[in-house]
Amino acid sequence: MIKNVSFGQYFPGNSVIHRLDPRMKLVLVIAVIVLIFMMDTFIGNLVVFGFIVFVVILSRVNVRFVLRGLKPLWFIILLTFVLNTFFYSGGRELFSWWIFRVSEEGLTSAVRLAVRLIYLITATTMLTLTTSPIALTDGIESLMKPLKAVRFPVHELAMMMTIAMRFIPTLIEETDKIMKAQTARGAEFDSGSVFKRAAGMVPLLVPLFVSAFRRADELAFAMESRCYHGGEGRTRMKVMHMHWRDGAAAAVVAGLIVFAAFGY
Amino acid sequence: MAIVEVNDISYSYTGEMSVTPALSGVSLSVEKGAFVAVIGHNGSGKSTFARHINALFLPVSGKVLINGMDTQDEAKVWDIRKCAGMVFQNPDNQLVATIVEEDVAFGPENIGVPSEEIRARVDEALQQVNMIEFKERAPHMLSGGQKQRVAIAGVLAMRPDIIVFDEPTAMLDPEGRAEVLETIRKLNGEGKTILLITHYMEEALLADTVVVMTGGRITKTGTPREVFADEQALKDAGLSAPPHIELYHRLKAKGVELGECPLTIEELVEEICRLS
Amino acid sequence: MSIELDNLTYTYMPGTPFEAKAVDGVSLKIEDGEFLGVIGHTGSGKTTMIALMAGLLKPTSGRVLIDGKDIAEKGFDRKELRRSVGVVFQYPEHQLFEETVYKDIAFGPIKTGVPEDDIERRVRDAMALMELDYDGVKDLSPFELSGGQKRRVAIAGVLAVRPRVLILDEPVAGLDPKGRAHLMNLITHLNAEGVTIIMITHSMDDLAEYARRVVVLNGAKLVMDDTPQRVFVRENELKQIGLDIPEVADIASRLRKKGRKVDESVIRLDELEKAVLRLVRAKAGNEAFND
Repeated sequence: MIKNVSFGQYFPGNSVIHRLDPRMKLVLVIAVIVLIFMMDTFIGNLVVFGFIVFVVILSRVNVRFVLRGLKPLWFIILLTFVLNTFFYSGGRELFSWWIFRVSEEGLTSAVRLAVRLIYLITATTMLTLTTSPIALTDGIESLMKPLKAVRFPVHELAMMMTIAMRFIPTLIEETDKIMKAQTARGAEFDSGSVFKRAAGMVPLLVPLFVSAFRRADELAFAMESRCYHGGEGRTRMKVMHMHWRDGAAAAVVAGLIVFAAFGY
Repeated sequence: MAIVEVNDISYSYTGEMSVTPALSGVSLSVEKGAFVAVIGHNGSGKSTFARHINALFLPVSGKVLINGMDTQDEAKVWDIRKCAGMVFQNPDNQLVATIVEEDVAFGPENIGVPSEEIRARVDEALQQVNMIEFKERAPHMLSGGQKQRVAIAGVLAMRPDIIVFDEPTAMLDPEGRAEVLETIRKLNGEGKTILLITHYMEEALLADTVVVMTGGRITKTGTPREVFADEQALKDAGLSAPPHIELYHRLKAKGVELGECPLTIEELVEEICRLS
Repeated sequence: MSIELDNLTYTYMPGTPFEAKAVDGVSLKIEDGEFLGVIGHTGSGKTTMIALMAGLLKPTSGRVLIDGKDIAEKGFDRKELRRSVGVVFQYPEHQLFEETVYKDIAFGPIKTGVPEDDIERRVRDAMALMELDYDGVKDLSPFELSGGQKRRVAIAGVLAVRPRVLILDEPVAGLDPKGRAHLMNLITHLNAEGVTIIMITHSMDDLAEYARRVVVLNGAKLVMDDTPQRVFVRENELKQIGLDIPEVADIASRLRKKGRKVDESVIRLDELEKAVLRLVRAKAGNEAFND
């Protein structure tokens, strides 16, 4: 059943990586992305690879899940690779055929770009695999706090994200139910021209919107009766604390950046 | 003084062009620790009434006092909602967070309870509804009855004196209904004041006072025995008694000399056995 | 029109860790004009079974035959299937979407190819069946109606197609006693007119009162298939799989345990009333005799 699939790709665990402060994790992921683009040499790339493998091992996340994060992006990686190989102008020619011309530089830059993309995706996948959606939202909310000064609705945004995540599975299930009900009445969702199909979505979309509004309405009552009145004076059950491990993680990443800055 | 004092309240829904009266002249007082069931068919005003207890709705006229606090007093709104929690019909549409324990923490977080205390309250509330082993699950993976118990825990974590249940079992299967009712009884046993809005007559039998609502008015109040003995009052309210009480009335009408109205099947069986 | 399920199996998400059989080797033949009740606790596969019956899901293995013809076969007319098998899902009011009540009820007939000049009559008839005032309601938006009325409009939308088989999933869920009684009366009325009824419900009392055959699902398998009398007498087995027996059957069973003579076939209120009157009068008669 659809509802049995957990939403997001959080892989629950209790490893050091899981227990890192979400704020630190967010900042470090950004730092690692910078690092990936700084590392230019073969050795540098090897170091980044080693680092990512190290993080995956520490997190005790099943490698299959990490690779699954790459799956939808294989096509893009492949495309970048092909484009770079065949359409890189200049450089020493390795061979050419018809309009295609493969140069050594083209090939290297293709490999480099593909590898970087893989690193990039793996790094962000590790973030979502080891951080629960709630912790992630809390982290983002906390990091964006300074924006409150310019009246940016930080808390409201975070609340909306949480509620959206909470209701996505419910609405997916509902979509399935409504589709079945309308199909039983003779509606067809998978035949006809593009226009016909778009028009055919009305019997699905209208009830879905109506239901979403009804849910929103009821949820608002429930939240009000549980004393929700915005972010003012709100406390949290789980308070984010920085630990020595956060410092250590920051030191490792900082070290790597220094290493990269020396030209690797 | 009673913990809930509803004094001659009226309420109407204002639409674009019309005003629909929903409550008129409703008065009720509920003592601390009582278990009151409010029954009535759809549109009888029972849910509208329920929403007056924690200031979600404010009466057009009349007064509602919760623990002495007037629901019209804006400064008291959060204290009133802390004191009178509410569980709604649709278990899906009252859970906010993607993890059970985070959801239970939502209420205490809103009223600014310190972090360590929230942790303690959340665990205690989940214990009370027997859902502690599910604390790290996602709500959408739970059954209807389990979701509803999480919603109850969310209310309990705010340490209310009164819990209003607005048709909490209407969308549940029999298993879920039994779980929720068992929880309600247990909480009442622990001293919580319960207001149960329902259209399941069997559930009203568990209460110590039953209030019948028809067309926005209270048309009958009494112990379950008194209310269910009054066949006409139920009929006028568009309600029907559970089968065993229906049988009791039919047998009486046929001249069988049964004793007082039976609340449980066992009582009826005893009575029949006495006479046969 | 007969519906036959032949060794029907449906597996959810095959090949994933979530793989589970929702319907497992179910065989069942439902004849024209039957009133079949389907019971089982949540997750026993009832809803999946009816979705398969109505051709809304493709079975993993096994066949669904309507009048002997396999509905998965290429030549099978889908529109004909939609015309002859109507489904009322749980909370059918959630499927309303048109601007007016009339249009919403006409949606099914139009989509299933009912001739244009026949549509208005069908909408009228369906609304009359559901006790909806045609002239007063037809131009309203379905969304401004009350909850009970919405449900009636939604059911009218299914009835307007004039299905020969009507499948209902918990049709009375969430209705108050009045609404329940009205809907159950309507369903029996349709059955009396020859419509085959297949009804999933948690209300054993309703089944005892109306159904002529009851099937019990447990863990995706069909475990009982018999008359309600013979199903509900198997009290212990039902309890084991988490199902209750009708209240009337419960009272009768308790009376039997106390040594009172109440026939095992008693599952309806009228029957129990008669049985108890007999018991009481027998004693009164004895006492009169002893006097």
